[in-house]
Amino acid sequence: MQSANLAVDLPNRVVGFLEFATMTPPLAPAGWSRWLVPPAALSVHLSIGQAYAWSVFKPPLESALGLSGTASALPFQLGIVMLGLSAAFGGTLVERKGPRWAMTVALCCFSSGFLIAALGAFTEQYWLIVFGYGFVGGIGLGIGYISPVSTLIKWFPDRPGMATGIAIMGFGGGALIASPWSAQMLDSFGAGSEGIALAFLVHGLVYAVFMALGVLLVRVPPPGYRQGGDDGPRPAPGAAKPVAGALISTAQVSAKSAVRTPQFWCLWVVLCMNVTAGIGILEKAAPMITDFFAETDAPVSVSAAAGFVALLSAANMAGRIGWSSTSDLIGRKNMYRVYLGVGALMYLLISRFGDSSKPLFVLCALVILSFYGGGFATVPAYLKDLFGTYQVGAIHGRLLTAWSTAGVLGPLIVNRVADSQEEAGRSGSGLYGLSFTIMIGLLVIGFVANELVRPVHPRHHVPAPREAADDHVTSEQHRTG
Amino acid sequence: MTTSPANSTAPAESRRTGLIVFAWLWVGIPLAYGVYELVLKAAQLFTG
Repeated sequence: MQSANLAVDLPNRVVGFLEFATMTPPLAPAGWSRWLVPPAALSVHLSIGQAYAWSVFKPPLESALGLSGTASALPFQLGIVMLGLSAAFGGTLVERKGPRWAMTVALCCFSSGFLIAALGAFTEQYWLIVFGYGFVGGIGLGIGYISPVSTLIKWFPDRPGMATGIAIMGFGGGALIASPWSAQMLDSFGAGSEGIALAFLVHGLVYAVFMALGVLLVRVPPPGYRQGGDDGPRPAPGAAKPVAGALISTAQVSAKSAVRTPQFWCLWVVLCMNVTAGIGILEKAAPMITDFFAETDAPVSVSAAAGFVALLSAANMAGRIGWSSTSDLIGRKNMYRVYLGVGALMYLLISRFGDSSKPLFVLCALVILSFYGGGFATVPAYLKDLFGTYQVGAIHGRLLTAWSTAGVLGPLIVNRVADSQEEAGRSGSGLYGLSFTIMIGLLVIGFVANELVRPVHPRHHVPAPREAADDHVTSEQHRTG
Repeated sequence: MTTSPANSTAPAESRRTGLIVFAWLWVGIPLAYGVYELVLKAAQLFTG
């Protein structure tokens, strides 16, 4: 009887939740702790980070539906394309509607993407899996990725690097959770089309519940919130921390104006080059370490190479929180000097001495991957420093097109060069020498672009009284959010 | 939080402690599981 009532009541409850999620301005009540916002962000990022564990589904899909390797990668590829597009074009809407609306959209799209994919697997209609996971789910990826960025920066004006680092670390962590979890599920349900459908169904439902925490907890700071938070320092309104190498502006720039500034495009190049350099290692990590030491006394086994790949994932995740938090202390420009300058040095060390010392090779690769993760996590705070908090989420969304570009550029360079070197009769570490030289060149280009970053010209600033800028922004979000 | 009502909000903040712990466990437990699985795999580099 009770369950029958619950079944009748369930649609009303769902409707009530959606009304709450989309209509209520999520303004923080008195006493709301800012430390509730990072777990809200993490609940979304840990979920959507599942995208990087898509490879778990590839072999079962290929055998169950008779697909090629290229075809089975389509849902993931479309998902990443949709991530870039929805983040770039949906960013302004996310700023206007607020984080709770954005997280609800992310929840609905990401979860229903899995449910559509489940239907596709059950009926053996592969196009439904591509459409569901790739197109619908991909919109959830993009909106979800940028949903907490602006809010976190506003809650943690004293530690924006750390705050966004926590969330963006979650995107890396999502694959760590999903990879073994999905594999275990496929083991239990079977790797046939029905087993895959059931696994997709469970993913959709569990992620919906998990992400709901973010929708329920996320709040925008109250008007006038401008200091270091509940346990931090309270600098005067508009004051910036005197960090060496920092370019912290108190002015605000809209997303529309930001893309017309050279600073935006310098950062676009910086991010694109840094990500491409990271992908240079990530793309071929396992064959690379095997090839490097194939002709030595201590060749690397297949399982050891898998362990190396796992270690790189750990470095990627640690770099997101570690280096991004460090950027709060040394300044964003200095941090990118390290990512790009030391990154180039690490590539140089690998290409010169990598095949003579396994620890050196592993250490350099770990540092490069930590810089790759750190580059992703630090860029929202860099944008905040240059363009203010006004539409930083929307600007970040537009900047993510650099990620999409690097996602194509990185694998293309590494694979093409490795193939051409193989055709030229090279082997072992010789397969990668040219790739590494190209990566060093790209990092140097990124370094120069970072050096060219200067404070934004006042003509791009939002014409609001300087002292009231933050209040204006928060009130604006409250009114529309 | 804001400058003047900081003292008055302090008790309210302490009441949120349970919620903060719950929220961090909600995200921390799955993340710890993922990191644990990662460590098991990464160990293969030294043992494999």
